[in-house]
Amino acid sequence: MSADTLDRGGHDHADHAHDAHHDEEDHGSRRGYWIGFLLSVVLTAIPFWLVMTMPLAKQATALIIMAFAAVQMVVHMIFFLHMNRRAEGGWSIMALIFTVVIVGIALSGSLWVMYHMNENMMPMQDMASMG
Amino acid sequence: MSATDLSTLDRDMFHLAEEPHHPEGSSTMLGFWLYLMSDCLIFAMLFATYGVLGTSYAGGPGPKELFELPLVAVNTAMLLFSSITYGFAMLNMTEGKKGATLGWLAITGLFGLCFIGIELYEFSHLIMEGAGPQRSAFLSSFFTLVGTHGLHVTFGLIWLVTLMVQVQAKGLIPANRRRLMCLSLFWHFLDVIWIGVFTFVYLMGMLR
Repeated sequence: MSADTLDRGGHDHADHAHDAHHDEEDHGSRRGYWIGFLLSVVLTAIPFWLVMTMPLAKQATALIIMAFAAVQMVVHMIFFLHMNRRAEGGWSIMALIFTVVIVGIALSGSLWVMYHMNENMMPMQDMASMG
Repeated sequence: MSATDLSTLDRDMFHLAEEPHHPEGSSTMLGFWLYLMSDCLIFAMLFATYGVLGTSYAGGPGPKELFELPLVAVNTAMLLFSSITYGFAMLNMTEGKKGATLGWLAITGLFGLCFIGIELYEFSHLIMEGAGPQRSAFLSSFFTLVGTHGLHVTFGLIWLVTLMVQVQAKGLIPANRRRLMCLSLFWHFLDVIWIGVFTFVYLMGMLR
């Protein structure tokens, strides 16, 4: 009985704390939006510039623009989507981490499997000559 | 220990006599976030498909002949502008300014409309050149991925107009604030997906 009361009490308390937090900082600030926007402009402009003028080798350019995309996604998550460890009692970030893991497995797995399948397939002309 | 004691014990241990009270809509934001995460998986599959098929030109035109980077840069700017103007709409909503919220939402909608317009122009241009989705596996997966994103933006625009009418009619009531917050997540999420599109499809395409 006492455990039950305690548990419910704890839950109520957490709810109130959560609600207060919800009203306070869920929408970010004007400054936060500007920081996010300016960072995004820089993180978008540099990859476009790199690809349009090609000052670097292809391999290096590819790696750099992928890194910029990853950083810009994090910037959007923080400044526009207001993602943090406390939102919705931590469940938002848990769902996000889970999704990122699944997306990583799906993307890398698909590319890896299909690349190796293409490598190991008999070339088309050989298959045709076997008739 | 009597039977009555046992049953009391059971009730106390295994279920709450009364459900904890949750205010209406308190779980909407988490639920909507979970929807966005599942949407993210749809895009992951389309990106994976594009990654696998993106080099199968079937003797047709490749990214270098087809994509116009300045146009993509303008499109990216449109979506980024619409993201920050939506942010300003949310800030005005927090301050309870109905007129300013509606104004910023309208500006957001215009940027979104420009984005869709430019994308439709690009698509029609490609199809006119004979580089439609039926031309090669590369173009099929390109149209599916970019088209799905465009479709999301289109539905976001319909949702935006609907909410503007709602806010106009009912004001910034809690239900409307909640809806605007959901659309905010949706809109910014689409911008995150677009980062992936312009990097992996357009910029990486030009490097091949």
